[in-house]
Amino acid sequence: MEQTAKNTIVSLKDIFVRFDGEVILNHINLDIHEKEFVTILGPSGCGKTTTLRIIGGFVEPESGDVIFDGKRINGTPPNKRNVNTVFQKYSLFPHLNVFDNVAFGLKLKKFPKDEIKRKVTKMLATVDLKGYEKRNISKLSGGQQQRVAIARALVCDPDIILLDEPLGALDLKLRKCMQIELKEIQQKTEKTFIYVTHDQEEALTMSDRVVVMNNGVIEQIGTPEDIYNEPVNAFVADFIGEANILNGTMIDDCRIKILGRELECVDKGFGKNTPVDVVIRPEDIEITSPENGQLVGTVEKLTFKGVHYEISVRCGKCEILIHSTKSAEIGSEIGMRVIPFNIQIMNKLLPFYDNIIETKVTYSSEDENCFEVELEGETVKVENKYYPQGTSVKITLPPEALSLAGDGNGHLKDVYIESVVYKGEHNEIILESDERKWLMLSDTDEQVATYVPLAFDFSKAQFEVIEKVKEG
Amino acid sequence: MKSRKPSIPYIIWMVIFTMIPIIMIGYTAFTDKNGNFSLEPFANAFFYTGVFMKSLWIALISTAICLLLAYPLAYIITKMRHSTQNTVIMLMMIPMWMNFLLRIYAWVTLLQDNGPIDMLLSMLGIHATYIGNTGAVVLGMVYEYLPFMVLPIYTVMSKIDGGLIEAAQDLGSNSLAVFRKVIFPLSIPGVISGITMVFVPSASTFLVSQYLGGTDDIMIGDIIDKIFWTDQNTGSAISLILMVFIFVFLILMNFFGDEEAIA
Amino acid sequence: MKKTNKKNGILSKIYIALIMIFLYAPIAVLIFYSFNKGKSTVWQGFSLKWYEQLFKDDNIMNALGNTIIIAVLASFFATILGTAAAIGINNFKGKKRVLIQNASNIPIISPDIVMGVSLMLLFTFLGVMFNFEMGFVTVLISHICFCVPFVVLNVMPRIRRMDSSIYDAALDLGCNQWQAFYKVVIHELMPGIFSGLLMSFTYSLDDFIITYFTRGAKFQNLSIEIYSMTHRRISPKINALSALLFLAVLIIMIIINLRERHEEKVKAQKT
Repeated sequence: MEQTAKNTIVSLKDIFVRFDGEVILNHINLDIHEKEFVTILGPSGCGKTTTLRIIGGFVEPESGDVIFDGKRINGTPPNKRNVNTVFQKYSLFPHLNVFDNVAFGLKLKKFPKDEIKRKVTKMLATVDLKGYEKRNISKLSGGQQQRVAIARALVCDPDIILLDEPLGALDLKLRKCMQIELKEIQQKTEKTFIYVTHDQEEALTMSDRVVVMNNGVIEQIGTPEDIYNEPVNAFVADFIGEANILNGTMIDDCRIKILGRELECVDKGFGKNTPVDVVIRPEDIEITSPENGQLVGTVEKLTFKGVHYEISVRCGKCEILIHSTKSAEIGSEIGMRVIPFNIQIMNKLLPFYDNIIETKVTYSSEDENCFEVELEGETVKVENKYYPQGTSVKITLPPEALSLAGDGNGHLKDVYIESVVYKGEHNEIILESDERKWLMLSDTDEQVATYVPLAFDFSKAQFEVIEKVKEG
Repeated sequence: MKSRKPSIPYIIWMVIFTMIPIIMIGYTAFTDKNGNFSLEPFANAFFYTGVFMKSLWIALISTAICLLLAYPLAYIITKMRHSTQNTVIMLMMIPMWMNFLLRIYAWVTLLQDNGPIDMLLSMLGIHATYIGNTGAVVLGMVYEYLPFMVLPIYTVMSKIDGGLIEAAQDLGSNSLAVFRKVIFPLSIPGVISGITMVFVPSASTFLVSQYLGGTDDIMIGDIIDKIFWTDQNTGSAISLILMVFIFVFLILMNFFGDEEAIA
Repeated sequence: MKKTNKKNGILSKIYIALIMIFLYAPIAVLIFYSFNKGKSTVWQGFSLKWYEQLFKDDNIMNALGNTIIIAVLASFFATILGTAAAIGINNFKGKKRVLIQNASNIPIISPDIVMGVSLMLLFTFLGVMFNFEMGFVTVLISHICFCVPFVVLNVMPRIRRMDSSIYDAALDLGCNQWQAFYKVVIHELMPGIFSGLLMSFTYSLDDFIITYFTRGAKFQNLSIEIYSMTHRRISPKINALSALLFLAVLIIMIIINLRERHEEKVKAQKT
């Protein structure tokens, strides 16, 4: 809302995209302003590239509007849009030299020859490739190819430049250089840049605004500072920078309970005794003597990182990460303090903790002491428990009762891993099956945006009869 | 580039000029001259079982000889310097690009009575006829199709990773063991495709035997050629049998190829 | 160890030499006799008269012309049809694609003679229906039939290897679909298209069996002419023809080989 003064150049309204039945973009809305450097950030498979391709005209949304300069441009092919793209692998034309690659778009637009020459020369100078006109594309380094690709897009004088992970193929050092250069080029040319990356650092360094995406939805839009300091949920906090994400309970306004201690914070409006996620950045924790600490723990690991020490502290069952210029001895007990302003409170990703299923018993056997229920089209057998056929039961599965099974096994064959967040003790994994979401705990790292089989351990479950079957 | 439409003309083309003709062969094979359903063409075709067997026999012998000649040759070529390899392969290919008929005709010239070979051997006091027998047909086949055996075996062998051979030597294999444990198993796919590429055309050709063979060396191709002009039904039946046989052979070879690739 | 290597080396050379003799002796004999004054296999002195007669033989010259026209047209149409087909087929997925590709390979794997007679059946049937006779057009169609699969086989891997975003890039810079194809994509596919064209051309030049069954009564190409010459009366003109064809093949092969070596060198420099 703060940027209503600026002109919106392109906006996506309620965009929905599905490939082969799989939802890629789930009703997203996004406004992009003139001359702004926007980065769309997210893990692979989150739909960020698809968003870019919709603006470029390479993908048509199933529903929703693409508005460009106030006009709806759904269905307009890429060549009729005043938008140019820098592709992931540069996609330069190997049969043309540097000059002809850059001049390609201008020639199509039938510019006079001398004007093409003037523009291309000027643009090559802008990207620092003066004198490379006659070079063969294959003779250029990755960084140089990258700059040709940028020049080729810029020279057409588009309203928007789309960049699809353009630095992904470069080595770290070159990538850092190109980040600065890209930002400079953007400021020099005063174009709107829409940049897609999975690298949070890249996003924070270059952008005016960052759009964090996950699982086909936009999680948060804001300036890099906003995103870093005030993540809206555990996913964003985990994805941007390093963070201690802990389970907490909001006792009351400005009172939060974590790791058994009640601390002061600045957030309000979460209600009383509400379970929340709490984010504390490692650099916001101050090391004190044990008696002065709000929290107390034992130093487990110490790594020197150049600018600071990375200290891993065991605090009860939980692991807490600290970035500090002070060192600490391994095995020693230390105190930790955080000022209220640096404790960030967020709503939980899921409104529940225990997974609750309400279903009917489809088959049962008193002799074998077992029964079967139907769950999302699959028959699930529960052993060592008996209810007569037709009984409505409520099964409460705590997150510990869920586990990922090997291929071909499991009670549900294909569940989607939506997010994995480390909560100091376990990974909290949010899964999505056909009809609902699940919360699971795991000590191993699972790959987000993949499909896995899910198994239930009913010995850890609680059962409750909702309605008995009428006898007769 | 993202559309399937460009393939439509060719798909229509395939239906008209590949599928329908094959269907017509099938149809004609099961009808008599008046267009009524009949198994008579197959009964007639049965009459040529002997020819069919002889064709397969000639093709089998030719394929075996090609394999025996080609395998060591391919192995030797892979051991040469890279530029020499290219030259030798090119030298193998050049006769292949000569007209098929001229190549057989060249053997007719060489082997005929009073031809160069006859004259040469006569001087040594050997008098014989070198043309008009099964041996000459096999010789012609080997000459025609030898490069088809060499090329696939060579291609597969030349792709065997040098590091693999070195690793085997490093692990104490002598050269015979390296050959037996590394090169031979890895060259099997090339051998399989070589066998296919020689066996299929030599079983179905109809000219080599006409030029180089005697009256009893007539092959299945010659029969199709002879009969088709007068009795399309029987001709179709024989063609259909030949085609089915070849397809079964190809499927079998493919199957063995896959098995070997897994093992 | 070294000694056996040397011995093996010599044995290898002898083996290769024997194979080369086997491959080239028949051709050498033909070329030798093409300069023979007499008609038989007995040497009667040097002469170029068979070459002279060859060029005066209208039948042969006419057949040569037909062969080249058919080869040019067949390879041209097959290349267009095959390249378009490869692009389209590439966009099919799974079983459908395997099915189409296998169907496309039928002319390659089925015996030539079966293809020849099956096309003859079709053309006779259509000839009766639409009242035409087999000849130039039916031969051309048949040649296109067996040429297209080679083009598809050569172009397909190129399409798969091509970075598909190059096409997107062309659209992005203002090309319509057709411009994107001929300004950018075709350059990427060129090596495949070229080898497909070359294979089509040579197979068409060399074909006898399929032409034999689909030519009708009058159409002659070189293979047919050679067939009738070697069947009717043996004329040393055919030796002269062999010598000239061999020379042509030799020149073409050397050019192709030099081109390939040049390309390899360029590639080596790039990497």
